[in-house]
Amino acid sequence: MATLETFYEVMRRQGITRRSFLKYCSLTAAALGLGPELVPQIVHAMETKPRTPVLWLHGLECTCCSESFIRSAHPLVKDVVLSMISLDYDDTLMASAGHHAEAILDEVMEKYKGNYILAVEGNPPLNQDGMSCIIGGKPFTDQLRKVAKDAKAIISWGSCASFGCVQAARPNPTRATPVHEVITDKPIIKVPGCPPIAEVMTGVITYMLTFDRIPELDRQGRPKMFYSQRIHDKCYRRPHFDAGQFVESFDDEGARKGYCLYKVGCKGPTTYNACSTVRWNEGTSFPIQSGHGCIGCSEDGFWDKGSWYARQSDILQFGIEANADQIGTTAAIGVGSIIAAHAAVSALKRAQHKGDV
Amino acid sequence: MAPLDNAKPVATPDEEGTAAPAAGRFLKAIYVYEVPVRIWHWVNALAIVVLSVTGYLIANPLPTMPGEASANFLMGYIRFVHFAAAYIFAIGFIGRLYWALVGNHHAKQLFRFPFWDRHWWGELFLEARWYLFLERKPKLYVGHNPLAQFSMFWAIAVGSVFMIVTGFALYSEGAGQGSWQDKLFGWVIPLFGQSMDVHTWHHLGMWAILLFVIVHVYAAVREDIMSRQSIISTMISGVRTFKDAEAPADEGHERPVKKAARAG
Repeated sequence: MATLETFYEVMRRQGITRRSFLKYCSLTAAALGLGPELVPQIVHAMETKPRTPVLWLHGLECTCCSESFIRSAHPLVKDVVLSMISLDYDDTLMASAGHHAEAILDEVMEKYKGNYILAVEGNPPLNQDGMSCIIGGKPFTDQLRKVAKDAKAIISWGSCASFGCVQAARPNPTRATPVHEVITDKPIIKVPGCPPIAEVMTGVITYMLTFDRIPELDRQGRPKMFYSQRIHDKCYRRPHFDAGQFVESFDDEGARKGYCLYKVGCKGPTTYNACSTVRWNEGTSFPIQSGHGCIGCSEDGFWDKGSWYARQSDILQFGIEANADQIGTTAAIGVGSIIAAHAAVSALKRAQHKGDV
Repeated sequence: MAPLDNAKPVATPDEEGTAAPAAGRFLKAIYVYEVPVRIWHWVNALAIVVLSVTGYLIANPLPTMPGEASANFLMGYIRFVHFAAAYIFAIGFIGRLYWALVGNHHAKQLFRFPFWDRHWWGELFLEARWYLFLERKPKLYVGHNPLAQFSMFWAIAVGSVFMIVTGFALYSEGAGQGSWQDKLFGWVIPLFGQSMDVHTWHHLGMWAILLFVIVHVYAAVREDIMSRQSIISTMISGVRTFKDAEAPADEGHERPVKKAARAG
């Protein structure tokens, strides 16, 4: 990684013809939902811009984000990693290990101060001085803070980095904390999902490198181009929802007919992600298509919003899980009985004092 | 007893009501609820019933419809009715808010919570004691008694705002980013955490309002029978009538006698 070549130079070196390169640019534009008039802009950017160094850190995580990422088909992850970005540090994917690997981190931070992108998979645990996650002999929290200091922007990969995910679920003994609550002075792009869709991940990276800016984000810091609609809004089973046709239990007649999974707990109506449009594994399928409701994995605190098999989520503060309607019904019955008793006493009192008033 | 320090209350009801009937007879029918208030009350009541039933059915849908999806639109209709009733509820609330500004002083009561008024708290506890059978007689009120005002303020004034804000936030998810609902109310969703949390709170809000409705209907019927003023007919005709001769506690200026005693 002596001098940084441009995308185009790298691609040509790899034996890709200019014709293929232009095709690739048009495909990328289409994947990002851009009009044809922006293709020359992408071509120009790729021909002239040096590749941006990306440092990919791993905190408390399960590597499902990486697993998803390496399955990207449009663009192929090979093109992203080998041609588009300069993925200088990713302890799971890189060849070197140990001190050599850690040395690269320092080198890039120094050489490209303020110009590299930090991608974080997983999150830092803050309790016990961060001892629940040790990277190269030091707490991950320290590594994250150090590398974030001179980063241009931070990408929070997955629900762990974005919202906390399973390790931050109640009671969260290690105090696993989403990245944006630890690093507060950098632009952070949240790409939630457990894992995020591969094409969403590469799409976000492609956009940032091509246009040299952060994609437009929504109120919660997620790229609008992938997270502006709910699964429910674009679900192919939506007509059954509007018709009032539901799977009442798994394996019933409705399940065989592909009815809406709302009653068996589908979280599609409350989950913002691109699953129902982009789908998974080169557009093969997504959970609802395979007959299981969405579990809302890209939403804040989704582990604590169970059950995954009931429409209404439990309210954990009530100790024993109860949903809003159970609490409401109980309260209504309680108030109803109090009123009945009150009415009885009122009638008695009135009989006692008849003629007083 | 509650410290009613600023006045010798008109009614230390036990003695005066019976002891001095001739002193200050208060036989009057007072026009309390103006037409817009009454119309709003019944439209709002109907809206709450429709919203609760449809809202419950949205969270707990009816059994599956038979036939083709293209031949059915049950969930669609239920949601439509919910949203239509919600607009009526919200617009009615804004109208009611306007009437609080231009209507008579009884129209303002719903939106008032006189937290710093010790006298008001005293009467509130007195009313609570009456409901706990610790007082033999309640006071007379032309408008709402303090306990009723307290619960209406929290359940209807605050409760409606809560339901309108969370409701439009949920509606904005369907209306889409950039819609006016999203611009005005979209911030609510990250405030609560995520969409599911807003749904849960919207539900709890419904149950809170329903609990109020149960108590409200019971209290109105009971008061109509047991207290000393008209209740239910007042919300239809607008006129409060009194069953005995004492002066109400909240109408100092209309009281023919005892003005001197009230001063201070």
